[in-house]
Amino acid sequence: MKITLNAETREIQATTLDAAMRELGLTSQALATALNGAFVSRAKRVDTLLTEGDRIEVLAPMQGG
Amino acid sequence: MEIYGTKLDSRLFLGTAQYPSPKILCDAIEASRSEVITVSLRRETSEGSGSGFWQLLQQTNTRILPNTAGCHSVQEAVTTAQMAREIFGTNWIKLEVIGHADSLQPDVFGLVEAARILSEDGFKVFPYTTEDLIVGERLLQAGCDVLMPWGAPIGSGQGLRNPDGLRAMRAHFPDTPLIVDAGIGRPSDAVAAMELGMDAVLLNTAVAKAGDPVAMASAMAQAVTAGRQGYQAEPMPRRDMAVPSTPVLGLADLA
Repeated sequence: MKITLNAETREIQATTLDAAMRELGLTSQALATALNGAFVSRAKRVDTLLTEGDRIEVLAPMQGG
Repeated sequence: MEIYGTKLDSRLFLGTAQYPSPKILCDAIEASRSEVITVSLRRETSEGSGSGFWQLLQQTNTRILPNTAGCHSVQEAVTTAQMAREIFGTNWIKLEVIGHADSLQPDVFGLVEAARILSEDGFKVFPYTTEDLIVGERLLQAGCDVLMPWGAPIGSGQGLRNPDGLRAMRAHFPDTPLIVDAGIGRPSDAVAAMELGMDAVLLNTAVAKAGDPVAMASAMAQAVTAGRQGYQAEPMPRRDMAVPSTPVLGLADLA
């Protein structure tokens, strides 16, 4: 199915957020996820089902003021 | 100084953005003697650069204060705070809800709402706000124990645009930690903020964009200490006219 990862359209086989992260090579521990604007904790990724057109944001630590 | 039950010796909070190199960032943190540094969250890149930055920060032995910089709505700020809490393992959040892209002025209405939501969810909120007293009261009612009024627009280095407003805040909130966040450009600005009785100063660009960031970090640390000591020492009142400091009594008649 097609999803949007950090503003880029991607085609994935996975049906859960957890599996999608692994499929997309996002394996670092220092990552946080949001699905369609709502936070999804690390523990809940495995139970979070994806549907066509979902918008996933994967954020990492960055410099800030 | 104690904030949310945490004792801090340093009254200088330092941002981590815009340094010439990771090494200079680490050296500047050390020279600033800051115990609290600010960070952000951004989209993971294909190189996975976020993980390296996080490892670098963990070596600095400082407390992390993540921000919600760039968020223009309550939902964006709340979601960003929740994501930051998981990654950085802290319930401290520097809450920014930006109202205007040019001035980066806080949207104080969204700020109060986001502060209430986050405080109820267990966050310790550090709200980036204006010097407005009623907004300050609403933020305290929303659960904040600290207020962070701006000195001047973020990154502008203009110093304190409204010292009278900050003085009024100090008088109105005598027991609330007040941290001037944003706008500090020079050590004299930091001294001025501390002489007004502010409890601390948060700055980033003033150090990161100085010709010598490490030296400026040290200068800012000294400025904050000097300003605080000056405030506590109770400066003399200003006078309109000159008053001789050398005794007039015993002055010889040599005319």
